[in-house]
Amino acid sequence: MVAAVDIDGRAAQLGINWSEINLDSIQLPPGDDFGIASDDEAVYHDDQSEFDTGFGNIIVVDHLPDVLREKYEKLEGVVKKIYNQLGVIRENGLWMPVGPDTKTLGYCFIEFNTAQEAQNAKEKTHGYKLDKSHIFDVNKFDDFDRLMNVKEEWEPPQARPYSPAENYQKWLTDEKARDQLVIRHGADTEVYWNDPRQKKPEPVHKRPYWTESYVQWSPLGTYLVTLHKQGAAVWGGADTFTRLMRYQHSMVKLVDFSPGEKYLVTYHSQEPSNPRDASKVEIKVFDVRTGRMMRDFKGSADEFSIGGPGGVAGASWPVFRWAGGNDDKYFAKLSKNTISVYETETFSLIDKKSIKVDNVVDICWSPTDSILSLFVPEQGGGNQPAKVALIQIPSKVELRQKNLFSVSDCKMYWQSSGEYLAVKVDRYTKTKKSIYSGFELFRIKERDIPIEVLELDNKNDKIIAFAWEPKGHRFAVIHGDQPRPDVSFYTMKTAQNTGRVSKLATLKAKQANALFWSPTGKYIILAGLKGFNGQLEFFNVDELETMATAEHFMATEIEWDPTGRYVATAVTSVHEMENGFTIWSFNGNLLYRTLKDHFFQLAWRPRPPSFLTAEKEEEIAKDLKKYSKKYEAEDQDVSLLLSEQDREKRKALKEEWEKWVMQWKSLHEEEKLARQNLRDGEVSDVEEDEYEAKEVEFEDVIDVTEEIVQESM
Amino acid sequence: MRPILMKGHERPLTFLRYNRDGDLLFSCAKDHTPTLWYADNGERLGTYRGHNGAVWCCDVSRDSSRLITGSADQTAKLWDVQSGQELFTFKFGSPTRSVDFSVGDHLAVITTDPFMERTSAIHVKRIAEDPQDQVADSVLVLQSPEGRKRINRAVWGPLNQTIVSGGEDAVIRIWDSETGKLLKESDGEVGHKKPITSLAKAADDSHFITGSLDKTAKLWDMRTLTLIKTYSTVVPVNAVTMSPLLNHVVLGGGQDASAVTTTDHRAGKFEAKFYDKILQEEIGGVKGHFGPINALAFNPDGRSFSSGGEDGYVRLHHLDPDYFNIKI
Repeated sequence: MVAAVDIDGRAAQLGINWSEINLDSIQLPPGDDFGIASDDEAVYHDDQSEFDTGFGNIIVVDHLPDVLREKYEKLEGVVKKIYNQLGVIRENGLWMPVGPDTKTLGYCFIEFNTAQEAQNAKEKTHGYKLDKSHIFDVNKFDDFDRLMNVKEEWEPPQARPYSPAENYQKWLTDEKARDQLVIRHGADTEVYWNDPRQKKPEPVHKRPYWTESYVQWSPLGTYLVTLHKQGAAVWGGADTFTRLMRYQHSMVKLVDFSPGEKYLVTYHSQEPSNPRDASKVEIKVFDVRTGRMMRDFKGSADEFSIGGPGGVAGASWPVFRWAGGNDDKYFAKLSKNTISVYETETFSLIDKKSIKVDNVVDICWSPTDSILSLFVPEQGGGNQPAKVALIQIPSKVELRQKNLFSVSDCKMYWQSSGEYLAVKVDRYTKTKKSIYSGFELFRIKERDIPIEVLELDNKNDKIIAFAWEPKGHRFAVIHGDQPRPDVSFYTMKTAQNTGRVSKLATLKAKQANALFWSPTGKYIILAGLKGFNGQLEFFNVDELETMATAEHFMATEIEWDPTGRYVATAVTSVHEMENGFTIWSFNGNLLYRTLKDHFFQLAWRPRPPSFLTAEKEEEIAKDLKKYSKKYEAEDQDVSLLLSEQDREKRKALKEEWEKWVMQWKSLHEEEKLARQNLRDGEVSDVEEDEYEAKEVEFEDVIDVTEEIVQESM
Repeated sequence: MRPILMKGHERPLTFLRYNRDGDLLFSCAKDHTPTLWYADNGERLGTYRGHNGAVWCCDVSRDSSRLITGSADQTAKLWDVQSGQELFTFKFGSPTRSVDFSVGDHLAVITTDPFMERTSAIHVKRIAEDPQDQVADSVLVLQSPEGRKRINRAVWGPLNQTIVSGGEDAVIRIWDSETGKLLKESDGEVGHKKPITSLAKAADDSHFITGSLDKTAKLWDMRTLTLIKTYSTVVPVNAVTMSPLLNHVVLGGGQDASAVTTTDHRAGKFEAKFYDKILQEEIGGVKGHFGPINALAFNPDGRSFSSGGEDGYVRLHHLDPDYFNIKI
């Protein structure tokens, strides 16, 4: 943008008198923009796609009976009666044209107060049978233009020439094998390389006002999705983040990817105008690559939740839960007494039918297989027990179920490779006054899916947190009373005993209320967030020893990088002070901190699963020493370079400072007499001579020892 | 060493000042009585009674005989340090925010706040040798271009030729103290982004440091107004001082008292933070206050410093021998 002042200034320089120029007389050669691209490109396109005629609230009802003059009023009355139930018809909003023979022409226009009412009326009365020979054909007025413009003859779509796409996964080929993370602070969204060697993040891309609410990575890290008024957009590409696709969904609030990132689900809810009504919800499912909308779902929030809190605020997200695995075949929705499972071939219900389960309150997919676990609470005051069941999709066969008595609540936790399912069961004691918890552990991959019951040593302990080791057989539980609960580790199998769960250890009195396993397992962070002010304990579960304890004061967020090498802790803007993030190594060494005011979000870019086989991975782990030599040498080089740079920088700063000091000293000396005069001749001008700071640099090697640091990773 | 806690004020501290010999410490607070302490052991010597409002600032003459104080009661007062006797009262139509004696102690610069229809101003008064001859007239009155914004501090430049001011408009200005002409303004690009809360100058008047609510402190050349250093911290800076002995600067501050809602005293970061003056790196911090730090002063010998907090305490810290061997 050029300021008006600058323009005026430039005009004056060139001797142009503005008042004599008729701007309209200037004609630009067609197709030439003088190299000034419009920065309004996005707006321009969106305007085209959302061209609004202002007739959106009018519908056209066809196939009305043709009636004579005398019956006109009667027909009008009938039509009004039908449509008044569906919305407010504007004054004189109903118009039935009459032909030259005073007979009606068999159609009418109805103008509603709002476009939504019109839409609703269209949906509800299209195909309405007034009588046998008169079946309503309802269209929106706006659609006529569109339908009229359809060409009579079909034209084959033109084949577009092939242009090779960018490598969307180029970030994985980083030479230093670094990971990316995105942060949002203030108005800016920034993507960084985490560069622990340099002890700072390296910028990749920065954009102010990139999103209007938040950003999210796709599950395999290919895309970054941003939310806007007009819809969602995904960004990615080889080097910089370019926009790859847009998905039109006005006022989109939430988005969710399918696990194989083939589909994007967008959600929008509209507060009802009448507070007693439920919110209106609109959900669209897009194909990520083509941008095509595959299916949309509309309705009141009630249809997308099982009542309760969903009613007013909207449905609980994600409404559609995707089946595990990366083939994105099924997704399920829970609503009152029904589980609707859709498949993505046709985007319709499997067998055209939902699964009826009375009073079902929670469903959960296995992360790897198309197995759905569901929970039905107790009914009839305990006459009908609560139930946890596993259903195979698409066969809808119940694989296993267990009835549970005097249950107040259940929470289901799948292990990340779908081998185990843990159900935390809260039960009433006999007196119904207090609650105690236990676990039901399902072994999915074993024959008949055996179930084991696990109770804590002290079964009255409250369970504060539970977490499976990713890809492992262990889990951790925080239990007991605040402020110093205990943490226990269990394993589903030991060398001697593969079929039974056994306890590994209990750590007493820890300041922790959340568990964060490394994505590769073995290491876990016991974190004390919120009330515990950000206490962190880095724990090695193989050795059952604490590697480090630290604190990120007031930390609100903890996230492992996808490789399990680094951890980011962050203080987001829920606190006013010290917003920003800190990067730690997996064993609890603080690597660097970055402070950013108004810090909203931090997210590591996920990595797709490795192509290496388990055997190959094991082999690498075995020969780690061989590989690590090379990396250690690189580390050494970088750190030498850094300390060299650091020394240079310090030297320069010191020299610069010396220059200032010399200058000041000489000026001070020059002004000595003048100062004396000001002080009535007092000569004791000693404030700078009395003390002298001398710096003597001294370096000495006291001792050199070599220590073998515990093997990492 | 353990700090000495000096509890003599009933309200938040506003300003601290050592005399030239470093044996006396003057403290000002929102209660109405400036207090004098022994700078060595923190013993209270006496108070200066007479103000009828919060006392914002004070300065002591080179020979430690005269004290000048500026108060929200719209006056600045001259005191006899030894007897505590009030010698003279300058009356203004608005609260006085800062006071500073010139080299030679024959002049004082006093700033007044915008109040009712009055705009903020900088007044230069002649200080008579004999209090009997003292007159109330100003030698010079400077009007800031941003009249509705408070001037938080004004001090004399080298050889009393200039006056340096900083305030709510985040701009540092250098004025000619003879003609009243505005000589220099700090650059908006490199300067502070939020109100300047404090300003402290080096013993030889060659450079000065400013603290601001924008969470930085900046070091400037006093003659050319060149920005030399910037020190960044995580909290708004209310007070700054420089060690006269080592190349250290100290920043004090903390979350605004009204914004402190968390239960843990650490949340506010009420720390006096030491920075390396040259490398601009944080060296360490001194905790202890349970409210923001409003005032900081280094003993002229560089071996102790004191901090005054919103909590009403003055904490006097004698620095450990270790401190003098810090290497970074």
